[in-house]
Amino acid sequence: MTRFGIHLNKLDKQVDSASTLAELVKQGQVRAVARLITLLERGEQEGHDALRLLEVDAPRAAIIGVTGYPGAGKSTVVDQLVAAYRRLGHKVGVLAVDMTSPLTGGALLGDRIRMQRHTLDQGVYIRSLATRGHHGGLAAVTGEAVSVLEAAGYDVIFIETVGVGQGELDIATVAPAVVAIVAPGLGDEVQAMKAGLLEVAHVIVVNKGDHPEADRTLRELKEWHRSVLKVTAMTGQGIPELIAAIAEQQRLHDLEGAPTRAAP
Amino acid sequence: MTVATAPLRILIGKVGLDGHDRGVKLIARALRDAGMEVIYTGLHQSPEQIVNTAIQEDVDAIGLSVLSGAHNTLFRRVLELLRAQGADDIVVFGGGIIPNEDVPALKGAGVKALFGPGTPLDDIVRFVKELPRSR
Repeated sequence: MTRFGIHLNKLDKQVDSASTLAELVKQGQVRAVARLITLLERGEQEGHDALRLLEVDAPRAAIIGVTGYPGAGKSTVVDQLVAAYRRLGHKVGVLAVDMTSPLTGGALLGDRIRMQRHTLDQGVYIRSLATRGHHGGLAAVTGEAVSVLEAAGYDVIFIETVGVGQGELDIATVAPAVVAIVAPGLGDEVQAMKAGLLEVAHVIVVNKGDHPEADRTLRELKEWHRSVLKVTAMTGQGIPELIAAIAEQQRLHDLEGAPTRAAP
Repeated sequence: MTVATAPLRILIGKVGLDGHDRGVKLIARALRDAGMEVIYTGLHQSPEQIVNTAIQEDVDAIGLSVLSGAHNTLFRRVLELLRAQGADDIVVFGGGIIPNEDVPALKGAGVKALFGPGTPLDDIVRFVKELPRSR
């Protein structure tokens, strides 16, 4: 494969400078993109220097946040959205955040298991990030990683948060379009969502749409939110409608020049 | 966070056709519990998928489990692809059912360590922890 043309491990030893790294990122070299995110994660000066060089002419990507309760199907929805945006001809980046154990400092990063079919697609970059003690549902490096992907030419960027409850809402500050995924049969949790997910999400997705409780959950949520959709991520049912809803939110965002409120 | 305290990032996965993932999950958990970030790819990965994932995730090492008997082909292919992409600074180690007579040749080809059945988890954790941090 010539894609990685220049050998970065040689670069490490020889001309490991911020400007070289920035240049390779701009060319879309995957290894350089991955290394720069690592340097930023570690808080290394070289990473910040390279990032500063990139931000000068960073293009504007569509940034889509995907959040929701654990097990609701966030990664599977992202997998389907990646496939759809690829069909539309976009270069897609995914930042998938998982929790670091506060006890051991370790993390099991498994979101990409649901996205394996994109691993060989050169137009898709998937990076797993651990929270490393950062609260709010994201890794501290998330915003910087988005900038790196933008500079590398990814024009649609997904940020998948950790499985959230009510308090992990940082996604609202980095993504102008936030999709919250919930599973059918929420019951009283709808009440809890009123202060939390429902406030920050622009689109609510009731996933597992083939579940007997799906329609009831859909109805309940529609009383509280203007944009609620039913999706079956396993089959892809409802994904085109979800893309239309995301596009509508992006249009509103562009018109207003600021994130829109999600209230009905 | 400084370089010294940044967690190691390790890809753990299964290449090839066999579907026995109990061992590899144990390893993934042991490494996580030792404070590492483990990117778990699950079953049935091709060498191409493993190498692309390793590069996208910027891992320090790749640990592969092979119980199918195809270890000679699969490990060599992974090493070859890493070299082709200029990513042969990523350490490759493995485990599974690998006959003793195949071990020297695989190590000669570049597999850093092979852990057979019955290896204490601590040995594997220690091996990964003590990997030279070249970057």
